[in-house]
Amino acid sequence: MYGKGLRALSISTVAVMALALALVFFWAPLEAEQGFLQKIFYVHVPLAIVALGGFVAGGIMAIQHLRTRDPRWDMRSYVAIHMALIFGVATLITGSIWAKGSWGHWWVWDEPTLVSFLIVFLLYATYQPLRFAIEDPERQSRYASVFAVTAGAFVPLNFIAVRLSSAYVHPRVLGATSNLPWQMSLTFLVSLLGIVLLYVTLCKYELTAKHTRAQLRALRRLADRRAGTAVAVAPARARSAAPSVHATAMTAHATERPGI
Amino acid sequence: MRRTVGALLRKELLVELRTLESVPGMSLFAVTTFVVFHFALNRNSIDGDLAAGILWVTLLFAAILGVNRLFVADADQGGFDGFLLAPVDRSAMLFAKALALLSYLVVLEIVAVPAFGLLLLGPSLGQALPGLIGVLVLGDLGIAAIGTLVAALAVRTRARDLLGPLLALPLLVPIVIGGARASSPLLVLSHPGQPAARWLLTLGLYDLVFGLIAYALFDFLLED
Amino acid sequence: MVAALLGELPALPLHQAGKYVAAAYIVLFALVLVYVAIMAIRSRRLERDLDELLAREQATASQESSQSQQREATLV
Repeated sequence: MYGKGLRALSISTVAVMALALALVFFWAPLEAEQGFLQKIFYVHVPLAIVALGGFVAGGIMAIQHLRTRDPRWDMRSYVAIHMALIFGVATLITGSIWAKGSWGHWWVWDEPTLVSFLIVFLLYATYQPLRFAIEDPERQSRYASVFAVTAGAFVPLNFIAVRLSSAYVHPRVLGATSNLPWQMSLTFLVSLLGIVLLYVTLCKYELTAKHTRAQLRALRRLADRRAGTAVAVAPARARSAAPSVHATAMTAHATERPGI
Repeated sequence: MRRTVGALLRKELLVELRTLESVPGMSLFAVTTFVVFHFALNRNSIDGDLAAGILWVTLLFAAILGVNRLFVADADQGGFDGFLLAPVDRSAMLFAKALALLSYLVVLEIVAVPAFGLLLLGPSLGQALPGLIGVLVLGDLGIAAIGTLVAALAVRTRARDLLGPLLALPLLVPIVIGGARASSPLLVLSHPGQPAARWLLTLGLYDLVFGLIAYALFDFLLED
Repeated sequence: MVAALLGELPALPLHQAGKYVAAAYIVLFALVLVYVAIMAIRSRRLERDLDELLAREQATASQESSQSQQREATLV
């Protein structure tokens, strides 16, 4: 049962995000250098952290898939990476807006975190084309997992390399995070928690939807078999990059360990 | 294991010597690119950061050409099946292919680096050479490890010529960064220096990590 | 509220910075809403498919029950 706990999760997401917004706009002090513009920090940085964390989590899930060959791990890895990619888009857009406000340019090469993030994003943008290019589902899952592990290891190394390459040249906007006044730190942590909860909720939602669709397909197959007809009611859906897991595989062991 | 790797490597090099499909193309591409850069930049000589950057980017793209072709013969002509039937450790293919790619890169550099010195580089190549060789070796190890893994991943997909470079280029960016930053003090016009240890360490660490990852993951790619 | 903020004398003019901050938060909100819309479309399709399946099953079930009624009628 993937949907179990989804309601509690989404309610807590709403609560924490509302609290975070309130703190950001009514309580956190204005920053001396950047003033009101600095408030973007509370949405941009958590998005970046969660996106990168999601990529690494997808890699860890891929390791599990390669170890156990359980297709459910591949499904989770796919959803984690897919969602992290969307959060990555949000990161790049909000970062761009912040750059435009701060320095007048939509993109700056001097910010190593933005640059290294762009490289990671470009790498993960190939994940779905890779999956789409392999037709055999078992091989698709396996190759995708190999990619996810490689790319997951790449994330921290790339960050280090890019950061090394442009250190000390320009004052980094994020350099101020180490000595934040405690009100800002608290607000930041609450925002981070909100975005983490949002990510987990959306991933769980996505997994539930996929599982439901798989259950429907299984039901339909059963019904067709019982009717003894080859009435092909299944709509000819275009080939997709998402892993197509059988409902039985997804519910196997689900009664032993409900939820994700 | 060593005998298997030796046998496979000998096969790779023999095939390459007879068909000459990778190395001449890579070398020619590199030299032509230097000429193109001469016109694109409209300069007779370059040095420092710019020289290091152009050298490494050109080597990178030439390497991608080699990476694209690495497993094509095996995929199209049943080489994988034949290998899987043999009672040998599957990592032997990884080592053999990576060593083959490494040797292609070395030959590429033997051609491309003097060409670079002749065509584009301002300061003389002689004094930069020992340091440069060290940096190139570190970079080549990383390109070989990642290139082999990505080549094996991309070769049995539908758009293999497209996916190979798309996957490889972001993964190779840190090597380009490390290589270019390490080479640039060597290629400066006045007072050439030594590569910063920081970059050599980064390259070494990257090579080590991805070498291990390639070793751990390669078997999963060969299962059918 | 605004007066208190203005009193802090931020580095950039507030109306200028305010637009950027609003844009950034709106982007996040819009992305979440787009996802909700996509899920809504998927839900609708799922509901439609389930309705279809249910209709089919009910049809065959009623067919079977009428058939068995007929058989019972002939036996009697």
